[in-house]
Amino acid sequence: MIKARGLQRRFTSRGRTVEAVKGVDIDVTEGELVGFLGPNGAGKTTTLRMLTTLLTPTAGEARVAGCDLRADPVGVRRRIGYVAQGGGTGPECKVAEEIELQGRLYGLGKADAIARGKELTEQLDLSGLDQRLTKTLSGGQRRRLDIALGLIHSPKLVFFDEPTTGLDPQSRANLWEHIRTLRSEQGVTLFLTTHYLEEADTLCDRILVIDGGEIVAEGTPDALKARVSGDGVVLGVDEDVTTRAAEIVGRADGAHDLVTTPGEVRFRVPRGDTALPALLRAFDAEGLTMQSMQVQRPTLDDVFLTLTGRSLRDSDGGDTDTADGTAANGTAADDNDGNDSDRNEETTRVA
Amino acid sequence: MLRDIWLIFRRDATLLSRNPAWLAIGVMQPVLYLVLFGPLMERIVTSTPGFPPGSSWTILTPALIIQLALFSATTAGFSLLADLRNGVVERLRVTPASRVALLLGKVLTNGLTTVAQAIIITTLAFLVFDLSAPLGGILLTLLIVGMLSVTLASASYAVALTLRNEEAFPALVNSVMMPVLLLSGILVPITTGLAPDWLYAISRVNPFTHIVDAGRAGFRGDFSVDAMLTGSIVLVVLMSLCVYWGARTFRRENA
Ligand SMILES: Nc1ncnc2c1ncn2[C@@H]1O[C@H](COP(=O)(O)OP(=O)(O)OP(=O)(O)O)[C@@H](O)[C@H]1O
Ligand SMILES: [Mg+2]
Repeated sequence: MIKARGLQRRFTSRGRTVEAVKGVDIDVTEGELVGFLGPNGAGKTTTLRMLTTLLTPTAGEARVAGCDLRADPVGVRRRIGYVAQGGGTGPECKVAEEIELQGRLYGLGKADAIARGKELTEQLDLSGLDQRLTKTLSGGQRRRLDIALGLIHSPKLVFFDEPTTGLDPQSRANLWEHIRTLRSEQGVTLFLTTHYLEEADTLCDRILVIDGGEIVAEGTPDALKARVSGDGVVLGVDEDVTTRAAEIVGRADGAHDLVTTPGEVRFRVPRGDTALPALLRAFDAEGLTMQSMQVQRPTLDDVFLTLTGRSLRDSDGGDTDTADGTAANGTAADDNDGNDSDRNEETTRVA
Repeated sequence: MLRDIWLIFRRDATLLSRNPAWLAIGVMQPVLYLVLFGPLMERIVTSTPGFPPGSSWTILTPALIIQLALFSATTAGFSLLADLRNGVVERLRVTPASRVALLLGKVLTNGLTTVAQAIIITTLAFLVFDLSAPLGGILLTLLIVGMLSVTLASASYAVALTLRNEEAFPALVNSVMMPVLLLSGILVPITTGLAPDWLYAISRVNPFTHIVDAGRAGFRGDFSVDAMLTGSIVLVVLMSLCVYWGARTFRRENA
């Protein structure tokens, strides 16, 4: 569906040159749901604008939806849908007008455009807003209208630039569901950018991590997480056997970053879920009992931090991506402290 | 292509009709000129040698509607800058609609709006004031005004897209249009009898002078080659150039 090679874009304004995208290769096959994850200014939007024919690459080439980007931009436009980061509705236009115009510009007849618009507004929870001026919509409603406009011609490949920014958790979950349905029921290929870790994690089959105009990592969320830091495991044991427990853990396959405090053994291991049964057996064999165990899946933020030395979360402003953590809310403060020191160790180790 | 032009035209026209105040404000200024400046002209024209033939109303009315075209069409780029900011331009550009249609649909709206306003002003001058002009001539002048509006709106869109700056745009438009307006003899015709030689010479180089002259000739009912030819040629050439310029800018990558 998408095959880009060495895609590059340089901006020159007032004598200053910005290398916004420094030669990226992107492969997306049909039916995939791919996330493009990176902090502000990483080059996500620029890449998307190149792939959607809005911006001519400085270098490199791409085939999008079966058409060559440079040779047949109209063919590309016909086959793709694009929802821009900042949206694209005229404030003085009515919702129904924008929907009809969009459909008709894609070649639908008037009746078809209206019917398809009705279908989409219902799916996206926009019913009853037809005659409203778009400037009177709430931010989230306008965002969903943008999305409806991008889907009006039922494209087989859709580009979403931060589709859920500005949506409340409920609408966000709805939109995720909608996106999943698009893929599963209509076989739509989706390429979306996000800086919400949770979104990339729960929604996407595969993630491309971009930073400073370059793709720094790529893979399924699980593969990315397993690759860099492994799961964090906390075992609770009787205080007097802490040292023996630590010895057993130290012999386990791939365990590292071992830290013991009386009654507690913390360590990281590539796959916590598979390591624990073996550990349980080893504890049994030594006649020890485990009082508690806790596995913390690494977050994509751990991944990003390891790759770039910076946290994505900082640029987010809020803690929008904690859903993945298995830690209970009550212990959040403690756990965060633990995580932070782990992270610091890791960065120094990698650097 | 025609379909796309029509769709864009309809969008812009709907938007305009939603804010009729703008249309009214556009008409207001020429009407004020007619009411507050026209009677003054009446005396001056009859007592000053050097004016082109015709009553003050046949001199003033076509000039006012051309001035209206100049004002409203050159500021057309403003709405485009807003559309750029809102992302509307990108949204339309990612559809398969022809880029040229995106421009033509817009300039068509500008052209027809100006013609509609011009009709209102002319009717008023006809009913309330002492304007007498042949229908054919008026229609011809309306055509000239419409074409001029298309020309200037295209140029305005091209400049707006190139500049992409909501502060610099009006400043640039003003500083270009002011001398052009004065030098085209809009309010007081720049004739050999009225103007010093140097001013007359400069005004002849200004393409808009010839268009204003042709517009006035229409209201006089003077369809002679002498009165119409230069203006028509200038207008057609100018329109082709500006529409081409606008279309090229719209087609350019990050417009
Ligand atoms: N039109 C432009 N002119 C000059 N520089 C630009 C332009 N567009 C983008 N850039 C620069 O290119 C870099 C990448 O920007 P881009 O918009 O692609 O980032 P992004 O990953 O989408 O970030 P965000 O998460 O904030 O949306 C930034 O440094 C930006 O300032
Ligand atoms: Mg962006």
